Amino acid sequence: MTADIKQLEAFATRIRIGSLEAIKARGFGHVGGSLSIADTLAVLYGAVMRIDPQNPRWPERDKLVCSKGHAGPAIYATLGLKGFFPYEEIKTLNQPGTNFPSHCDRLKTPGVDMTTGSLGQGTSLAAGMALGDRLRGRDSRMFLIVGDGELNEGQPWESFMFMSAQKLDNITVLIDWNKKQLDGYVSDINDPHDFKKKFEAFGFHTQQVNGNSVGEVYHAVMAADEVRGMPRAIVLDTIKGAGVKEVEDTFSNHSMAAAAEVFDGWINSLTNKLSPLEGEVSHA
Amino acid sequence: MPKIVYDGSNDPRTFKDVIGSTIISLLDNDPDVIYVDADLMSTIGTYKYHQEHPDRAINVGVSEANMMGVAGGLAAAGFKPIAHTFGPFASRRSYDQVFLSAGYAHNDITVIGTDPGVCAAFNGGTHMPFEDVALYRAIPTATIFDVTDTVMLEDILRQAVNLPGVKYIRVGRKSAAKVYDTGSRFQVGQAVKLRDGKDISIISAGIMVHEALQAAETLAKEGIEADVLDMFTIKPLDESALLESAHKTRAVLAAENHSKNGGLYAAVCETLSRELPTRANFVAVDDEYGEVGPQDYLQERYGLTADAIVARARELVNNKK
Repeated sequence: MTADIKQLEAFATRIRIGSLEAIKARGFGHVGGSLSIADTLAVLYGAVMRIDPQNPRWPERDKLVCSKGHAGPAIYATLGLKGFFPYEEIKTLNQPGTNFPSHCDRLKTPGVDMTTGSLGQGTSLAAGMALGDRLRGRDSRMFLIVGDGELNEGQPWESFMFMSAQKLDNITVLIDWNKKQLDGYVSDINDPHDFKKKFEAFGFHTQQVNGNSVGEVYHAVMAADEVRGMPRAIVLDTIKGAGVKEVEDTFSNHSMAAAAEVFDGWINSLTNKLSPLEGEVSHA
Repeated sequence: MPKIVYDGSNDPRTFKDVIGSTIISLLDNDPDVIYVDADLMSTIGTYKYHQEHPDRAINVGVSEANMMGVAGGLAAAGFKPIAHTFGPFASRRSYDQVFLSAGYAHNDITVIGTDPGVCAAFNGGTHMPFEDVALYRAIPTATIFDVTDTVMLEDILRQAVNLPGVKYIRVGRKSAAKVYDTGSRFQVGQAVKLRDGKDISIISAGIMVHEALQAAETLAKEGIEADVLDMFTIKPLDESALLESAHKTRAVLAAENHSKNGGLYAAVCETLSRELPTRANFVAVDDEYGEVGPQDYLQERYGLTADAIVARARELVNNKK
């Protein structure tokens, strides 16, 4: 399988725009961690995962658990763009009765494979789902996204030991190493040191790539896919707030509040990037 | 209806043996059932089965929070998971995981917490949950069982794996008094009337059922006739059985191997205060932590005995006059 890098870059940009449009409707939300993971979501949903937007509970599908559940806006934008539901619905984010809560909920949003939000818990759930798929004889793959701050929790490391002990080679763990958590830099708060060495020590096939390069992420995911007999990890070297300079430059960008015009400015800057990327498509 | 064969004698089978054999029987007969444990398989006799069937009986190691998540994930993949560990780890330690990864996410799992309350005996205070029922009661739509004997355990475990939501079964591992005849069937949420009386209602569960029946014998000799219920399903509580009994006796005593806070006594009082205000009291652990010792010592230490039931029942009956 090959991927059109320009197309994936455009998809990532549209995911960023969608994340901001969803958050803008409420005026505040988890901007930084939604933007940092956009490229990975573009690669997975744009070129890798076996999914059917018309049949979101198809048992044989590939699954994604976003254990950093606060990246909900990016997930919703991705799923909306893929046609799991009308895209405009993502703008009901956090409104009363919405199907698009801050943190991912599998019971509410078509295409969300697991409920997450209490940090760390998605990891064990993903392990159980992947084990269940293997026991059922399904060749589905599991993509598990974790945050670097999230890995302060103990439960993920319990689950990583388990994935390794069970040789769950249908799992790829994607670590969004965006360097920051709510209160500041992960290295200042509870320094995780070297994620790559940690995952290697836990018995994972491990790679580290520029997580804001769709090309690098794509090639790493495809390489991981070839690995048998052990779970796979990809450390995504990312920037929290990636793609919007003003957000990248804001120290406290985990959750941000801004006026609608400010969001519009960010969205416009992203929209401007789209035309060169989608030029060929729009001329076709 | 369960057939009562109580004569005060001990069950020839231990809970430990029946927990293990029932799990194995469920695994052998239902391919959707799957069992996870956190390094305590040997305590319920399932380790050998795990060695022979590592894909049916999965050992996650000493990681209870992880175990509840893995069980939730297996449920999402279409299985009916049973997760076992000791009571404190099945409740306190993994509470957020049971609450969210199983309950909130609608991943239906059955949790067995062994050695509840004073049954933890020689493992002592760290292993002695007096609050596991309180915690599980706060999980929306959870079903909670405090098991009386091995006949009930077998039937309840078979039913629990097919019920929706989070199911919590608290049960010891040693043998207890035999109360029910082999083959008895139980209705989830329906208390069993063990003794008919007009003077006081004794609402009991788990190991306290035996103490309640012993107490009722003593009370009868004093002319106090006790209505004894086995409230083995603590949630949903059998409110109609409770209210029918309370309406008749106008005095209610709850007996449980648990803290007075948030467990059976609390559930009973919540219903009574709303529906039929009735004087009630408890034979349960007061606001205290656990400690180490043989179970009979601990039952004395925390007042979980037939004598304690007799004394409190007498007070309640006298207060009616």
